[in-house]
Amino acid sequence: MTRDLFEIMTSNAEAGPGDAGRTGSWRVERPVIDLARCTPAKRGKAACHLCWLYCPDGVISKDLEPEILLEYCKGCGICAEECPTQAIRMVAEAEFVEE
Amino acid sequence: MNTIESGNVAAAMAVKLARAEVIAAYPITPQTPLTEKLSEMIDRGELDAEYVAVESEHSALAVCIGAASAGVRPFTATSANGLLYMSEQVHWAAGARLPLVMCVVNRGVGAPWTVWNDHQDAISQRDAGWIQLFVKDHQEIMDTTLKAFRLAEEVSIPVMVCYDGYYLSHTYMPFDAPEQERVDRFLPPFHYAHTLDPSHPENLNSVTMPDTRTDVHGETAPSYMDIRHNLHREMVQAIDRLEAIDAAFRELFGRGGHPLMEPWRCDDAEFVIVAMGTLANQFRDVVERLREQDGIRAGVLAIHLYRPFPNDRVQAALAGVRGVLVYEKALSYGNQGPLYGDVRSALYDCEPRPAVENFIVGLGGAGIRTGELYRTARQACLEIGRQETPDDAPHWVGLGV
Amino acid sequence: MSTTAAKKTTAVSLDAEEYAHPGNRACTGCTLNTLYRVGLKALGRDCIFAVPPSCLTVVQGLYPISSSQMPILNVTFASTAAAASGIRAAMKRRGKKTQVVAWAGDGGTADIGLQALSAAIERGEDLIYICYDNEAYMNTGVQRSGTTPKGTLTNNTLSGKAEAKKDVPAIVAAHRPAYVATCSAAFPLDFHDKLLKAKGITGFKYIHIHTPCPPGWGVEDRLAIAVGKAAVESGLYDLYEIENGRFRLSGPSQKLLRKKKLPPVSDYFAMQGRFKALDDAYLQAVQQEVDDKWAGYRERFL
Repeated sequence: MTRDLFEIMTSNAEAGPGDAGRTGSWRVERPVIDLARCTPAKRGKAACHLCWLYCPDGVISKDLEPEILLEYCKGCGICAEECPTQAIRMVAEAEFVEE
Repeated sequence: MNTIESGNVAAAMAVKLARAEVIAAYPITPQTPLTEKLSEMIDRGELDAEYVAVESEHSALAVCIGAASAGVRPFTATSANGLLYMSEQVHWAAGARLPLVMCVVNRGVGAPWTVWNDHQDAISQRDAGWIQLFVKDHQEIMDTTLKAFRLAEEVSIPVMVCYDGYYLSHTYMPFDAPEQERVDRFLPPFHYAHTLDPSHPENLNSVTMPDTRTDVHGETAPSYMDIRHNLHREMVQAIDRLEAIDAAFRELFGRGGHPLMEPWRCDDAEFVIVAMGTLANQFRDVVERLREQDGIRAGVLAIHLYRPFPNDRVQAALAGVRGVLVYEKALSYGNQGPLYGDVRSALYDCEPRPAVENFIVGLGGAGIRTGELYRTARQACLEIGRQETPDDAPHWVGLGV
Repeated sequence: MSTTAAKKTTAVSLDAEEYAHPGNRACTGCTLNTLYRVGLKALGRDCIFAVPPSCLTVVQGLYPISSSQMPILNVTFASTAAAASGIRAAMKRRGKKTQVVAWAGDGGTADIGLQALSAAIERGEDLIYICYDNEAYMNTGVQRSGTTPKGTLTNNTLSGKAEAKKDVPAIVAAHRPAYVATCSAAFPLDFHDKLLKAKGITGFKYIHIHTPCPPGWGVEDRLAIAVGKAAVESGLYDLYEIENGRFRLSGPSQKLLRKKKLPPVSDYFAMQGRFKALDDAYLQAVQQEVDDKWAGYRERFL
């Protein structure tokens, strides 16, 4: 007996980024990392990574020189707040607008 | 194997033969002996299944929803307020297209409390998106339950097998329980199209938008309404599928032939009584009496498949008769009997259109005396077509005050 | 016997792989989002989730996109623990060790889901049940729940909630499940390691997480972790484990035992708009309660 006639339509979602679109557009302030103050960048070896740990959206890389995925970063500022060396500053998005 | 057992035990035996693997249930009269029997079978090692003794019917169906979504054949059963308590899950299971089978041992709904039979419980869930089958004897409980598993799993729509509390659940009748080996040939292993699986993860039943959205492959994914339309369309398709499954069953077991509805002495009938469950059996005596004593050519049509409602088949079965008498054990309060509304609607396009009368009987187990059925049916047959304006208000049979 | 302390996970040693996708619908600064990311790292891929309506429903994505790489069954509000039991029963039938995880909010746990939860614990279901407690119905726009603390302003307690917070972990513990733990989103690694431990225990495991919600709590987004830390470090919200009936303070709370003086709880309250209605007398009473509680802890554990 075939099931061909029956499509059995359900709500079955598959994994992918950007369910809410490019959430970087939510951002009012942008995190900017000063690698000169960033512990893993300074030491050249895995260390700290607290910005990566606490980032709600998982948009900071766990690299010696952390990179921020601005396409999706919502700009909460938790990384800047939790960074033990104050290596991350929140800068108004307006400053990045190119005329 | 021929045996004599209660209707609840017949259902339990069917569930065992279907090799259900997860049984979740909460006791409620008159369903209790069915699920007690299943727990006994598991306890004795006769049924290899998990018994989850839940704290409510809401959880009973939740367990079945979880188990079916994870690829295992579940079963539950309930009655009356238990069914209403799980109502949210009843709707959920249909929307999720889960191939579940549930026995509803029909009982009236409180308040006031009643433990006795009527059909208000199941009928109150008729718009939930479940296939609803009503049966009228123990053999039908056995056979319909087996067919229900195959139907549910082939069309991925949950199925309710409804049988009358006490009239069937607690009475003993002879019936045949088929051999396991033949049931295994009839019912393939459980299948669900979207089984939860870590190697192929899907997020099931999440919020679905009023409009279509593009999925991760760039294709258009359906809206909520698309998904619900698909449920409706495929539920209607399930009518043909039930007939095919019944034919397969008949070939293997030599029983069946009336999966949607069963006419009895309808061939030459001028008047047809329409009913569901044991009431349809009781009307066979009434029909005989009408024919023998009054020369009224009457027949009875037992509706087995209530949802999806087989409109065209009902129309074909009743076209050309003078009068149709719908007797039912449920009511859409403030309006009329639900089955009456369905039958009348199915007959709207008939030319000439038969007169249709509605009778409400047996609510909360109110005694249904065959003599009273006979008197009311006889009177209706004699008066039908003679009233100045046909009255569509239901007639109540068996009121005490 | 209590299990021997496993090596603590650090941010450096934590699994770098992500199991959730960015660009989801979590509010800016949502600490549930952090918990979810870190929790999945502890759970790994061989697990199935049961999730009732909650912020997590939204965070995990709207059809047809899932922001999570896990198999997830969305279930009705009251049925989380029961649906998870059904999945567990199916896994048992299929001979799979797949970890079944129920993950619900405080409303779905303390209020509408409590009956099914209680029954699942009583049956000894082999599940991990996670309650992220953001102390109100946040997904519907901030209404009081059973775990909303006394005095909290919500959209249906406009002068402050009159009643005290329901102690759900204690209710769960009264069932004597295999494992109970409390966590805070401000200490995600503690959560990670408790989850790892729970994975190794057969039976019912319950983890309750204090989960700051910037919009619901009236906290600046950037302070979401800081406010969670303040709740724990002031001694107001305790992190503990109960294994085989034995209670012990754990992680950051355990470290407080040897501190002479904890920061005042009023600092924690002052960080949040939702506590604007609290008066000094109430704050003093809470401080007294916390001081007494910690005096008792020191007596018991030092």
